[in-house]
Amino acid sequence: MKMPTPDAAIVARRREIADHLQRLLAPESVIASDEERRVYESDGLTAYRQPPLIAVLPSSTAEVSAVLAYCQVEGIKIVPRGAGTSLSGGALPLADAITLGLGKLNRVLEIDLPNRTVTVQPGVTNLGITRAVEHAGFYYAPDPSSQIACTIGGNIAENSGGVHCLKYGLTTNNVLGLEFVLMNGEVVRLGGKHLDAGGYDLMGVLTGSEGLLGVVTEVTVRVLPKPSHLKAMMIGFPTSEQAGECVARVIAGGIIPAGMEMMDKPAIHAAEAFVHVGYPLDVGALLIIELDGPECEIDAYMVRIEAIAGECSAVSCRVSRSEAERLGFWAGRKAAFPAVGRISPDYYCMDGTIPRRRLAEVLARMEALSAQYGLKVANVFHAGDGNLHPLILYDANQPGELERCEEFGAEILKLCVEVGGVLTGEHGVGVEKRDLMPAMFDEHDLDHQMRLKCAFDPDHLLNPGKVFPQLRRCAELGRMHVHHGELPFPDLERF
Amino acid sequence: MNVLRPDSAAAVEEAIATAAAERTPLEITGAGTKRGWGRPVEAAQGLSLAGLRGITLYEAEELVLSARAGTTLAEIELSLAQKGQQLAFEPPDWAGLYGAAPGTQTIGGIIACNLAGPRRLTAGAARDHLLGFHAVSGRGEPFKSGGRVVKNVTGFDLSKLMAGSFGTLAVMTEVTLKVLPRPETAATLLLLGQDAATAVGSMAAALGSSNEVSGAAWLPATLAGRLGIGEGAAVTALRFEGLAESVAYRVAALGSLIPGAAARLEGVASDAFWRAVGNADPLASDPLASDPPASDPARDLWRVSVAPLDGARLIAALPEAEAYLDWAGGLVWLALPASTDGGAARVRQAKGQAGHATLVRAGAEARARTQVFEPEPPALTALSRRIKASFDPLGLLNPGRMVEGR
Ligand SMILES: Cc1cc2nc3c(=O)[nH]c(=O)nc-3n(C[C@H](O)[C@H](O)[C@H](O)COP(=O)(O)OP(=O)(O)OC[C@H]3O[C@@H](n4cnc5c(N)ncnc54)[C@H](O)[C@@H]3O)c2cc1C
Ligand SMILES: Cc1cc2nc3c(=O)[nH]c(=O)nc-3n(C[C@H](O)[C@H](O)[C@H](O)COP(=O)(O)OP(=O)(O)OC[C@H]3O[C@@H](n4cnc5c(N)ncnc54)[C@H](O)[C@@H]3O)c2cc1C
Repeated sequence: MKMPTPDAAIVARRREIADHLQRLLAPESVIASDEERRVYESDGLTAYRQPPLIAVLPSSTAEVSAVLAYCQVEGIKIVPRGAGTSLSGGALPLADAITLGLGKLNRVLEIDLPNRTVTVQPGVTNLGITRAVEHAGFYYAPDPSSQIACTIGGNIAENSGGVHCLKYGLTTNNVLGLEFVLMNGEVVRLGGKHLDAGGYDLMGVLTGSEGLLGVVTEVTVRVLPKPSHLKAMMIGFPTSEQAGECVARVIAGGIIPAGMEMMDKPAIHAAEAFVHVGYPLDVGALLIIELDGPECEIDAYMVRIEAIAGECSAVSCRVSRSEAERLGFWAGRKAAFPAVGRISPDYYCMDGTIPRRRLAEVLARMEALSAQYGLKVANVFHAGDGNLHPLILYDANQPGELERCEEFGAEILKLCVEVGGVLTGEHGVGVEKRDLMPAMFDEHDLDHQMRLKCAFDPDHLLNPGKVFPQLRRCAELGRMHVHHGELPFPDLERF
Repeated sequence: MNVLRPDSAAAVEEAIATAAAERTPLEITGAGTKRGWGRPVEAAQGLSLAGLRGITLYEAEELVLSARAGTTLAEIELSLAQKGQQLAFEPPDWAGLYGAAPGTQTIGGIIACNLAGPRRLTAGAARDHLLGFHAVSGRGEPFKSGGRVVKNVTGFDLSKLMAGSFGTLAVMTEVTLKVLPRPETAATLLLLGQDAATAVGSMAAALGSSNEVSGAAWLPATLAGRLGIGEGAAVTALRFEGLAESVAYRVAALGSLIPGAAARLEGVASDAFWRAVGNADPLASDPLASDPPASDPARDLWRVSVAPLDGARLIAALPEAEAYLDWAGGLVWLALPASTDGGAARVRQAKGQAGHATLVRAGAEARARTQVFEPEPPALTALSRRIKASFDPLGLLNPGRMVEGR
């Protein structure tokens, strides 16, 4: 993985920069010692490590603004960081960049239940939002598996989702207002407690921008009343293809469950060995379907789903009879990653989305690739929306195996694009999939995205080296190429 | 006005490249149904997408549909209905507001305006259903973003930027949308005689319960009367959709939570009511004028988005307005006697800092004189201007439509 060459002059100024930052923030909020910087050297993508130039931990929007304004003037790069759970290396530090940790901004600012909104600072965890309102029967719907740890700021940067996104949408569908700081230190507010902010939808653009456009310092999300009932069913199939067919037919039948997750045989075995919740071990694929709403609705849909599953050759079907049993069904799915971690020295979690009906074909080709690369794969899927998480099992201590694993992973993602899908469904591009972007986007596509970056951050100081294979200079990107006769350069506003 | 009518994406590219070479600004149009919205465009040449028609992909079991930008919404809704599906954001038809032919609006125009109907509360707006698009920017360059799958975080989400950009950044040539099953049944509970403030309280209670309300509106007696409901009383309406047994259960559960339900609208009557609410029918025509010409409205029409609880407060602050509430109080429709600034000063003062107010209909003069869309603070203005310049550096696409001089 090639990161931009560190600016030696900046690295040499570490002490001086730290001293200056200590005047902008409380001294203990500036972390410059070798030992302490190492705490920040990687995120959830632990294959890459790099201690930051300095880490700073601001405790207010004003402090964030002061740090960014200073860095803009000095030409110092910034890497925003929430909880560091990114699986695509989004928060991976750079040797010549300041890591801006937002963990101290962790207050719930306002709970407004009549308007069904909660306003928080970016360092509040995803689950923290639900915790703040559950006493009144509300919850925050997007639920990444990392929800205990990951921050809402990171969720916005990654547009995170979880099992509930099928019905309730991703982060982008649940955010109403934002405050963010531009690289030049300007503080901008978007939206509020109302719908459809007006003007260009910059809130939509910031969501999923992986920390490249601005630093989020305050967030207003909507919260939903908890459904009156929840039930899950667990259906076993001989093959993943049949489970996939069942998913397609349930949706075509007009049912949008609250969640629909699938595991293949290796994943089921790993999970059962880890959590012992009674998963059937004699099936090729397991589908967990959760329904929410009034009990009569859940029961009616369950009857329909059972019939559809039967048509798709299901061999077992269990419906949760208690809350404990429902949570049990999920326990294995939620622990699937660590469970796989126990059966292999290392694993690499991929993340791509495909049109659901291409599932059988993609699985078959993945099996062929698995044989070709000599590496096993376990699969967990967000089946309802075609989001695959192949876990490639490898051993980092075997020379060359990591590289082989990465190549295999890249092949899988390119396959996703080839069948009409995308490179990443929820983990983001980060550094991980950066060099694959041309598999999905041509030069014009990337140029239009990069120009947007230039409108926010013309010097490319915010989180460089992420998302785009190579950043072109903004001045160069600003040129017009008109094919009917040469035009003089337009009088572009300079910024 | 000379109007170009390209019939392919390549022809759109050609048209914009030529416009760039000649520096001729363009007014971008779909079917012309919402030309009266926004500021009058400062362009002598038109570019109509109406010739770029046709559904290019529809996979019902994948919940996805792609269509060329000029495809009429009517055509798309017909195809979806045949498979029991719909655009869940309930695109409204504002032809009635502007005196255009109903059913002719294009999908490109709907997305460009980021419209949504009463189900916005739970299902989102156009922005939430646009999965991807192909477009030509003001640079004359074709580009795409997004894709055809619901879960996608690959690169910046330019779809959100396109939705609500009113054709000022790029001309969409094809869009891909998320579609959803159409609910099997719908019923609407009516509470009679509540004033706006009481209604907002009822709606908040309903939406704060687990009964999955998918529409919440309040109409004063006169406007309810114009839709033929309420029997002379103000109406608070709550919609429930889904399986018949579930709808029945939720209607009953809510009825006991908020007593006072006087009537119910079922099936087509319920559908017709919510369509009227989304289309702004209660205020579309002017009951005071005998035959109001749509081009010269006697009253200025505003659409204001606020926090739900603020809806009633806004109505109280504007006693001269005729008004109703959608989105549980979060969307306020207002009609004011016509004035030179379209009523902007009054409405914006009454609204205060939060939320945003859009002048949806007024005479061309008022629209040219006033800020039709919510004025932005300076940092945001500068940023929006840089974004406009990055997509359309020569200012060719719909100049002046959203903001004067841009
Ligand atoms: C076990 C596990 C399970 C996971 N499951 C899921 C899942 O189900 N669904 C899912 O979507 N993801 C999942 N993830 C990925 C990860 O948790 C999410 O991407 C999460 O949103 C990252 O949040 P964070 O606070 O840890 O951000 P970080 O990892 O610290 O940062 C992520 C990115 O956000 C940027 N950033 C952080 N805060 C801000 C801010 N305030 N302003 C601007 N930019 C900022 C960073 O620069 C970086 O690019 C999982 C991760 C793990 C480890
Ligand atoms: C038969 C005919 C005759 C006409 N004659 C005249 C005339 O004499 N004089 C005259 O001035 N005009 C004329 N026009 C242009 C006509 O007025 C426009 O088609 C119409 O006004 C467009 O309205 P609209 O953009 O609001 O439509 P909508 O489709 O409702 O568009 C609404 C908004 O979306 C934008 N938009 C629409 N499609 C796209 C897209 N694909 N990509 C990006 N943005 C989009 C528009 O720019 C606009 O901001 C004529 C058009 C037709 C079809």
